[in-house]
Amino acid sequence: MSSRQVVMRARYKQSVKDPGVPGILIMTEEKFVFTPDDPMSTVNLNVDFRQIKSHKFSKEGSNKQALLNLIQDSNVKGGSYIFEFDKFSDRDVCRDFVGKVLGKLQALQSAPKNPAINSERSDVQVHHEQISTTEMELRVKLLRENIELQKLHKQFVIGEILTEAEFWATRKKLLAGDNNKMPKQRVGLKSAMLAEGPLSDGRTNKVTFSLTPEIIQQIFTEKPAVHQAFLNFVVSGKMPEINFWTKYCRAEYLHRTKNAIAAAAEAAGDEELAIFLKRDDILVKEARRKIRRVDPTLDMEADQGDDYIHLPDHGILRDGTKETTESEYDEYRRSLLQDLNRHAAVVLEGKALDVGKGDTVTVAEALARSKQAELANEISEENANQERSERLARMAEIEDLQAPRNYPLAPLCIKDPREYFDSQQLNALKTLGDTVAATKPINSSLSTVQAYGFLRKFISDVKERGLVDPVVNPETAVKVLGGLTQQLSSAKYHLGSNPQESVLDRLPHRTKEELLHHWMSIQELLKHFWSSYPITTTYLHNKVSRLKDAMADIYTKLQGIKESVQSDFRHQVSLLVQPMLQALDAAFAHFDSEAQKRSARTGERPNGFV
Amino acid sequence: MVEVANVVVYNYQYLLDPKVAGVISKEMQRESVVVFDEAHNIDNVCIEALSVSVRQQTLDGALRNINRIEREIDRAQLGVLTKFRRGSIGGRLKATDAGRLRAEYNRLVEGLAQRGDLSVSDTWLANPALPDDILREAVPGNIRRAEHFLSVLRRLVQYLKGRLQTENVEKEGPVAFVDLIRSNTGIDQKMLKFCYDRLHSLMLTLEITDTDDFLHIQTICDFATLVGTYTRGFSIIIEPYDERMPHIPDPVLQLSCNDASLAIKPVFDRFQSVVITSGTLSPIDLYPRLLNFSPVISRSFTMSLTRDCICPMVLTRGSDQLPVSTKFDMRSDPGVVRNYGRLLLEMVAAVPDGIVCFFVSYSYMDGIINSWNEMGILKEIMQHKLVFIETQDVVETTLALDNYRRACDCGRGAVFFSVARGKVAEGIDFDRHYGRLVIMFGVPFQYTLSRILLARMEYLRETFQIKEGDFLTFDALRQAAQCVGRVIRSKSDYGMMIFADKRYSRHDKRSKLPGWILSHLRDAHLNLSTDMALHIAREFLRRMAQPYDKAGNGSKKTLLSQEDLEKMGEGNFDEMQL
Repeated sequence: MSSRQVVMRARYKQSVKDPGVPGILIMTEEKFVFTPDDPMSTVNLNVDFRQIKSHKFSKEGSNKQALLNLIQDSNVKGGSYIFEFDKFSDRDVCRDFVGKVLGKLQALQSAPKNPAINSERSDVQVHHEQISTTEMELRVKLLRENIELQKLHKQFVIGEILTEAEFWATRKKLLAGDNNKMPKQRVGLKSAMLAEGPLSDGRTNKVTFSLTPEIIQQIFTEKPAVHQAFLNFVVSGKMPEINFWTKYCRAEYLHRTKNAIAAAAEAAGDEELAIFLKRDDILVKEARRKIRRVDPTLDMEADQGDDYIHLPDHGILRDGTKETTESEYDEYRRSLLQDLNRHAAVVLEGKALDVGKGDTVTVAEALARSKQAELANEISEENANQERSERLARMAEIEDLQAPRNYPLAPLCIKDPREYFDSQQLNALKTLGDTVAATKPINSSLSTVQAYGFLRKFISDVKERGLVDPVVNPETAVKVLGGLTQQLSSAKYHLGSNPQESVLDRLPHRTKEELLHHWMSIQELLKHFWSSYPITTTYLHNKVSRLKDAMADIYTKLQGIKESVQSDFRHQVSLLVQPMLQALDAAFAHFDSEAQKRSARTGERPNGFV
Repeated sequence: MVEVANVVVYNYQYLLDPKVAGVISKEMQRESVVVFDEAHNIDNVCIEALSVSVRQQTLDGALRNINRIEREIDRAQLGVLTKFRRGSIGGRLKATDAGRLRAEYNRLVEGLAQRGDLSVSDTWLANPALPDDILREAVPGNIRRAEHFLSVLRRLVQYLKGRLQTENVEKEGPVAFVDLIRSNTGIDQKMLKFCYDRLHSLMLTLEITDTDDFLHIQTICDFATLVGTYTRGFSIIIEPYDERMPHIPDPVLQLSCNDASLAIKPVFDRFQSVVITSGTLSPIDLYPRLLNFSPVISRSFTMSLTRDCICPMVLTRGSDQLPVSTKFDMRSDPGVVRNYGRLLLEMVAAVPDGIVCFFVSYSYMDGIINSWNEMGILKEIMQHKLVFIETQDVVETTLALDNYRRACDCGRGAVFFSVARGKVAEGIDFDRHYGRLVIMFGVPFQYTLSRILLARMEYLRETFQIKEGDFLTFDALRQAAQCVGRVIRSKSDYGMMIFADKRYSRHDKRSKLPGWILSHLRDAHLNLSTDMALHIAREFLRRMAQPYDKAGNGSKKTLLSQEDLEKMGEGNFDEMQL
């Protein structure tokens, strides 16, 4: 211990992002004191170390801040003190100091866990303290979402077979995958149209509309004019939100009654209402913009000029094939068909906003931003053009006039899936049966002396009583034979007769669950086991032996399951358990041979070296 | 360009419409081969080409046009005066205008044939609007002078305006109509006949280039020429409002051509070989009668498919075993509407990718979709696929189609609602995954109470002995075939077609479908209910989704290699010469 006191320049921060207050940090064994450079500053710390529960620090890296976070005991006060140092070396001095102080204090309090000691462990171990709170939250979240993971965690980490760090080290992908949201599939919009139908209670003249944030968001995306109006009136504070939606609902109601004339009359008297009732100009503009990118084979608007017969004054106007519906109120007539088209287009675009259930103003603003971004994207639309020309090329070719394309892959052609899978099952059973048969003689081998004794006894019996006819009681024989064949044939018969049904489903529920769980545990343990080889450090050595013990434990459990199940299922269970046991056997064999090698090398070391 | 080109592809109208054909197609050689492709509607195109409809706006516009031409003439004549007064450059230009007017007058005296753009030596496309005798005839004296011609036009427009004021539907033949015009305005048949050319000539003389602004007066002159030229095959119908919307006044004067052969006759006369072809020309023997010609060769080819890749079905009953139809007395029955909805609902759940539905008319589609919406069927449909709809707005329909394709491309699948006789049914393909199933809801009959249709059918019966019922069924079935035919465009493609109406099960209707559909329509599929159709659809889709080997085996090849062709050529040469 170099000194009883550490004096260091540091910046005190309220949070990680806070620029911080520069000052002097003085640490003694009892307390730490922070004095800011600016005498006017209110930040003046004098904290007893007994209030500090633990400490955290940031990883060393070129572009990272050298941080030290002293976390207060939540029983006393909660919160934490964050200090930033100029150099990592400065920070390390302080960290070590704090670690020692806390270690001492906690030893006094006989605390079971000592972070200071942890930090001094071998470099293989990943430090506890480096887990940031966000990462911790992420882990907790993952555990909460995945019950199987939770079970494993409980079994191994709480059961102290694996450390927390080891457990997560193999699941970096899970942790990382959540951080960058890039490849994650997002939830699109619902296909369902808005069912924001007016609910009239029948007795009074009142009509009720219900609007939730989701509905409002959908309204905004499907009706840009409403969105624009909302930005104009509500966000800028010209109109209270409730009035806005009242007007909107009024307009919706008018549309629903399909009374274009009434709608026109009302719109004439109310400028704001007119916005909802008139045709959506923004949509029209958008349509103009979009139609330029449409597949030319579909562009009927472009064709219109060719076919001048359909222009006014040409041809026959009213021959019963064409229908004309135009009137001065056309502007106020909005059909369900248009709404349907618009809705489907929006769903297809499928841009869900990640606003969640914020208030309507944030929703509106977020939508406006995303629209602008979209516009900007379209201006630089090289990709779009490329894609479009590719699509055109695809459209133009006539499929059956193309030469057959020789893909390097053989097409999967399963005429009858059941037949295929049945045959697969049979194959698997056959190979398994072979191995079982091959191992059988060895297992059941009696010693020759015993066999000889048995035979002699039998012969002497026959000598005494003469040959009993029949040798075996026929009824028993039939029964035994029948039982045997029935079980075998029924198993064969049931297996694969129904593609949905598997062997597992026919087992008792508890056995099934146990088997699946053991299977998972074995996978987890084996993963850790094999990744620990070659053993280079004592730490790994410890780990491997811990793992081996755990595996042995499961091995016996599996044997127990195998024996405990009813005779009907024993055969199938043993088939299922067999590969697990084999895998474990292989691991044990490897462990033993490695241990032997080690002991042979070191000579004097006993087998049970820890 | 037309002279030097080997192949010219353009719209029918450029050949059939006399107004345009004279300008664009006159340089075509007699030896040219004319092919009318997708000609299943050719009779309608012919009729449209010779029909004119005049509305209030047309007449108002025509009056404005007349006023403007008058001003132009005044300016031209004023130019003559200014020339003497000032001798300015501008004045000289005007003077030439006036000179041209005089020159035009002289030309007209000598007869149209000597006009610069109409050389006598040219065997000009024998324009039905300008029969041969016109070419040798001189423009009648009383419309040779521009001012006189304009006053004739003005009187004609005023007369038509008066006729349009009528409260009742009026129907007349061209002869009676011309008589009325003469007794009311003093314009005789010969003057009417020359209207179009006189206007054309005047506009050339005045060097009016923005002819688009003069569409209205051109329409009136077109009308006058047609009325003055033909004595039969036309009828003039004045309707104060649309039959289906009697509360909205919208008067129209229509000159409707009843005889499709009039427009196509010059084409037959002028060109050596004319080919009329389409996938849905059925019954094939009706077309020669409608167009009044005797075919040299008439042949219908079977489709050489290597597997049963189309599956037509006739669905007559809904899931509750009650008949479905769009017959007038049944179409608004909620049971029928629901049965149609259930049919679509079952299908969207079973058929992958794109489904196209055709309805008999916009108004029917609008009605049934609204009913489905109220019944909640639409919502259920949308749980399976996105819904896109053809509307009367072309831009919106185009975007809807584009989105529909996008939805099919991305695998989400979609339903497209469209209308028989609509633009989508005519021009857009729903091949491959864009259309695995097409449902034709109902039989797309024309609106049978339409006066124009009635007049046409009357004429057909009297002139060509074609029965009304036959013609209507023929027309409806060719439209239905056109709709369902959108679904398959190649041999490696596959698709189903459901004709959802009990009337399709009747032999007289069904037999008018094209052969390539009939040959795949099995007897067992003629009288299906929704559940049976669903079962068949499932089986069919499962079979078709198997990998398809284009090279095939033996005779069943989709794609012939060069050796195959050579072998065929050696082996069955005689057969092929059929």
